[in-house]
Amino acid sequence: MSLNQMTAHQLHQLMVNKEVSAEEITTAVYKRIDAVEEKVKSFITLTKEQALETARNVDKQIAAGEKLSPLAGIPVAVKDNICITGVSTTCASKMLADYVPPFDATVIEKLNAVGAVMVGKTNMDEFAMGSSTETSTMHTTYNPWDTDRVPGGSSGGSAAAVAADQCIVALGTDTGGSIRQPAAFCGVVGIKPTYGAVSRYGAVPYASSLDQIGPLTKDVTDGALMLNAICGHDHRDSTSAQYDVPDYTKYLENNVQGLKIGIPKEYMAAGLGANVRQVIEGAVATLANLGAEVEEVSLPHIKYALPAYYLIATAEASSNLARFDGVGFGYRDTDADDILQMFIKSRSEGFGEEVKRRIMLGTYALSAGFYDAYYLKALKVRTLIKQDFDQVFEKYDLILSPTTPTPAFKVGENIDDPIKMYLQDIFTSSVNLAGVPSICLPCGFVDGLPVGMQLIGKPFGEGTMLRAAYTFEQNTEFHRQRPAL
Amino acid sequence: MISKKDVEHVALLARLELSEEQKDIYTKQLNDILEHASALQELDTENVPPTAHVLPIENVFREDKVGDHLPNDKATAIAPDSEGNFIKVPKIL
Repeated sequence: MSLNQMTAHQLHQLMVNKEVSAEEITTAVYKRIDAVEEKVKSFITLTKEQALETARNVDKQIAAGEKLSPLAGIPVAVKDNICITGVSTTCASKMLADYVPPFDATVIEKLNAVGAVMVGKTNMDEFAMGSSTETSTMHTTYNPWDTDRVPGGSSGGSAAAVAADQCIVALGTDTGGSIRQPAAFCGVVGIKPTYGAVSRYGAVPYASSLDQIGPLTKDVTDGALMLNAICGHDHRDSTSAQYDVPDYTKYLENNVQGLKIGIPKEYMAAGLGANVRQVIEGAVATLANLGAEVEEVSLPHIKYALPAYYLIATAEASSNLARFDGVGFGYRDTDADDILQMFIKSRSEGFGEEVKRRIMLGTYALSAGFYDAYYLKALKVRTLIKQDFDQVFEKYDLILSPTTPTPAFKVGENIDDPIKMYLQDIFTSSVNLAGVPSICLPCGFVDGLPVGMQLIGKPFGEGTMLRAAYTFEQNTEFHRQRPAL
Repeated sequence: MISKKDVEHVALLARLELSEEQKDIYTKQLNDILEHASALQELDTENVPPTAHVLPIENVFREDKVGDHLPNDKATAIAPDSEGNFIKVPKIL
């Protein structure tokens, strides 16, 4: 196994034993990027010089006999909507094509502090709006398992980079499934933490009450290590939660005895492909055989989650994206005579089709006369959905569901049909509405394509979620299979 | 039902300029999406409070004193057009 194929915890051990240097690991990752990037196109920007410099600093620490933190010297790919000082942050949009932030996002500060190595910025749907990474105005990213197919979205570049071994771990953002859906399509582990568990400071906002930064990794242990590094309160994010961050690796226990897992009957009903259903049923049986108590449950309002999600997300997007006016930063049209025309032309030329579609939908849902019927209604339905989760979690520790209705679809297949594309988020968006955490992990294959299972936890119940995911992983081989690129 | 005129009005509110073709496409697509969203009307939500935010949100205060902020030169360096400590825009008055 080459270095770039390994997990962070394996590489950490090798570095601690002085069997390999951080520089060798980073070099192995860039060699892999050189070899396969043309086929996968995961990245928008590479930061090789800085990465090698960080790696060499970690090697100095090793030589000096200093204690290494678990992510020191580990190559991380970062979704291109998370700010790194001096590194272009485009959000895969013409609007921010030339934007170089003068500050680090909190998650980047935290990863820098532990000596992680940022290898580059990954491709995404423009402003994180999409489910296939096809709305990127930079280029399309391809699924490493089948390059005729999409990697999912909007963190498709990060998921593809992990699956293609172009990095060891990655950061993504998840507003309605944007970490978990690409994780499912690319056969990697993706975690959407509890809302507020990770600071959003320095992540370009899409829908602020739903967005959350989280990791994409090759296994559950690396997911726990990443949560350890990035979780915690941040005074710069007013929505950041004050809570005691546990050591998540303490939950990595090969034991689900006594865990009560609910399977929502609504999620296993219409809309789920028969072949995906079979894989999920197999995963449920595996957990039951390992000692989990599995029962059918009901989330009666779940079928309303997707329309509620799209109304709330687009309303917040229309407000958040009002900041892109061509004045302080970002793209500016230079031909306009007056300032209103400058605003209009800058936004019209700078934003792509999907972003405009969502701004239009959100502006409509918030406009006079329609606010009560659409936006307020969606917020009330959000309450009912949250209550559904609360009720199930009174009796159960976790909820298990498919992550996506189908495996990865073909490039171009859904791009002209917004509703078909939006349906990709049918099993994931409710989790963001309720603010609860969720992990996606590989649980089988359909026609050679990975299928993901979603485990949903109680608020700040990441530990229990990790325990069940770890147990499943330790007793199956799905996460060990790699795409042949 | 959203009309092309509604789309034009919303585009103005959103500070977007749309081509005739885009107006036609968005009129159809927004209608399709809102038809999908009309399922929400099936639910009686009269006595349900809205949830704008899942966590209890409180005002976050800090001491009223000058702290670190982005230096002017860094702020103006990322602007599309600037001069000295100022960001330049077309005349407003």
